Amino acid sequence: MTRSDDWPRASLNARGITKNFTGVRALAGVDLDLPTGKVTALMGENGAGKSTLLKILSGDYQPDEGTIEIGGKAVTFATPFDSRAAGLRVIAQEPEIVPFVSVAENIYVGALPGSRGIVSQRQLQDRARADLERFGFERFLDPATRGIDLSPAQRQMVEIVRALIGDPQVICFDEPTSSLSDSETGVLFDLIVRLRDEGRAVGYVSHRMREIFQIADTVTILRDGRLIGSREIRDTSVGEVVRMMVGRDLSTMFERNRHELGEVALELEAVSTDDVTDISLTVRRGEVVALAGLVGAGRTELALAIAGDRPVTAGTIKVHGVAQRFRSPADSIAAGIGLAPEERKADALIMVRSVRDNIALAVLGGLSRFGVVDRRKERQLAEKYIAQLRIRTPSMAQLMQNLSGGNQQKVVLARWLAKATDVLILDEPTRGVDVGAKAEIYAIVDELAANGVAVLVISSELPEVLGLADRIIVMQEGRVTGELTHAEATEERILTLAIADHFSAEGVQP
Amino acid sequence: MSTTVVHEIPTTPEVARANAFKRTVLAVGVQNLSLILAIAVLVVAIGSQNSAFFLTSNLKTIGTAVTISGLLALVQTVVIIMGGIDLAVGSIAGLASVTSAMIFTSAGSSASFFGALAIGAVCGLVSGCIVVFGRVTPMIATLAGLIAFKGVAQLVSNGRAQGYTGADPFYVFLARGSIIGIPTLIWVLVLMALLIHFVLRYTRVGRNIYAVGGNDTAARLSGININRYILGVFILAGTVAALAGILITARTGSGQPVSGSEGLEFQSITAAALGGVALRGGKGSIGGTILAVILLGVLLNGMSLLGVNPFWQNVAQGTLLVAAVIIQQLRNGERRVGLPK
Repeated sequence: MTRSDDWPRASLNARGITKNFTGVRALAGVDLDLPTGKVTALMGENGAGKSTLLKILSGDYQPDEGTIEIGGKAVTFATPFDSRAAGLRVIAQEPEIVPFVSVAENIYVGALPGSRGIVSQRQLQDRARADLERFGFERFLDPATRGIDLSPAQRQMVEIVRALIGDPQVICFDEPTSSLSDSETGVLFDLIVRLRDEGRAVGYVSHRMREIFQIADTVTILRDGRLIGSREIRDTSVGEVVRMMVGRDLSTMFERNRHELGEVALELEAVSTDDVTDISLTVRRGEVVALAGLVGAGRTELALAIAGDRPVTAGTIKVHGVAQRFRSPADSIAAGIGLAPEERKADALIMVRSVRDNIALAVLGGLSRFGVVDRRKERQLAEKYIAQLRIRTPSMAQLMQNLSGGNQQKVVLARWLAKATDVLILDEPTRGVDVGAKAEIYAIVDELAANGVAVLVISSELPEVLGLADRIIVMQEGRVTGELTHAEATEERILTLAIADHFSAEGVQP
Repeated sequence: MSTTVVHEIPTTPEVARANAFKRTVLAVGVQNLSLILAIAVLVVAIGSQNSAFFLTSNLKTIGTAVTISGLLALVQTVVIIMGGIDLAVGSIAGLASVTSAMIFTSAGSSASFFGALAIGAVCGLVSGCIVVFGRVTPMIATLAGLIAFKGVAQLVSNGRAQGYTGADPFYVFLARGSIIGIPTLIWVLVLMALLIHFVLRYTRVGRNIYAVGGNDTAARLSGININRYILGVFILAGTVAALAGILITARTGSGQPVSGSEGLEFQSITAAALGGVALRGGKGSIGGTILAVILLGVLLNGMSLLGVNPFWQNVAQGTLLVAAVIIQQLRNGERRVGLPK
């Protein structure tokens, strides 16, 4: 960074950034200022628009409206190269690492040192060692290590070094500490302070309150694709930031017709897997329990373990009081559990087959005699659920890939309704679903519970959690951090349990 | 399998006719219709050049010639629908051919028939185990099988043709017999095609094979034991390949370790792709494959009738395979960036 010392530093000012994805407004007229010599934190719930904004800054997306200025000069980024050329660098959360080449080659990929097409390995290693030392990572990274042998934290460091050797004026970190240990985080924070003191503009996205209050000078808050406001860190509190992040009107989409709670249908006793630790919970017949938390809190992994698709390393899963050992999803289904997974298209539906085939997938055994599927019964089944769940499709022979997201989700629900499972796990049931279909799906969940099904809903949308659930269990980093009843739950309380560091959760008063 | 249903009630005779036409097209499928059209064009073209093409004896020749590759195309269709591929079927047929003749020499025809089938089943089980438990892609696992099973066939036979089955009534019946005027070989192909068609289309097992090929995670999370299906389908492929090997023995009168079966795996893949089986799995039908088998049979027969240099046959098959897959990919709307999926 020798030559940059006498360069004028430049701030970033974005105005009125708007971005639409087919029918969904991800950002609506957002302003963002990243002044020189300051660390600006960007906060918001899942889906608030942080990632979209970062992708616009990195040149991956183009905004529909709005302007970006760097150092007072208007810039537009058609590609990520343009963004880098303008002196801006966004450090990816999950960096691309070339697996079978060294750290040094990974750092300089695209601009390897050497002459006339011949790469000098010695020069490469020396330069990499010097750069690692310059940024304080020499203790953690050997330039000769191959990409595939790097830990997530080391990958993150490679990405940071990659970014900094280009001498960017504006640097944005996207949840950089999610894979770092405390000592590694310490090194990163020292580096960020140094970058700030050199007069660079630093943007910092994180869900961790403690980090924000430790490293940031200013915090800017987004909600539902809109700018809510900015605060100086020394003038604000955790409570104010949380309040700014939530506080939407609860929509009137939720009907609650169910009342009677039956016996415990699903019970977890101190269940651990590779991803979650010591999870205990119960779901009764007729009850809707929500698992709240941030993306990456381990909720999906827990759901897969209950569904028999991930091994349980400790603890017991009980269905109707009977301890179970699931070796496969088939065992779990036999015990009466159904899972509608998060990635509908990738994990739940056969997109090249018909609506009918997809509805009947889990019940073909019951529709068959001597192994031959009774096609009349199958048609009747498909007809019944298409009508009951109001699945909008020209016919039951329509291919799944031609249905909208909401109708695809209803087909997944129909599959488990047909199976008549006692316990239903819904992982992000309304992701990518339009508002109308959302309300319909909520009504289906309500009716299922009224009919005595035990429902466990995983959702990252707080209004959905509050509207649907009788009880809310909050997870953070693979552990349960709290449980709230429908009556005592508020967005602030849930979010506090989801993002505050668990050891200090009690101390935070929203 | 139609993809849309016509709702509107026809108001005029023209509309009714148009709808009837549309319905027929959808019922048969665009893919199958183009195959039928291609066969018709070929038949007219070859028949106009050489009227011997239409002789009953020549039609029987085509039928018996396509039986062996046709059997392999049928099981290849099942493997590809399940999302896999089996390059080892030709080598398994060779191994079954040579071992059937050797068992025949020492233990008679029924022992040789079932012994060879069992060997084929074991070969399929080996491929399946390598895929499921060794986590090797079907392409590589069965490429290894293609090479290794051929080696085993050469080892046990010392590379030479084995035994003589030309005087055995069972093998003679297989090779040259007929039932109600139709050659036994054609019966074998037709019955096997009907059986596999029935299983794929009407049974739970068949529907689950489509599910595994269409989306294996969804199949697994719906309670299907996908490992069992993968093993079962590879065992089926090995067994039917062995049946084809037995037919090679019957036709040539002795067990052939390599000649007679070499290259059959590629013919079977060509036929499946031409028949509209999606190479990424989940889509396809036996009807399409059989039409493709007929098309290839007519084409090769016509080329030899018209005295075309036989080396052109390989060129023609290669061209057809590429053309079929290009059409498939274009209809999928693949973006032209990077390595295709």
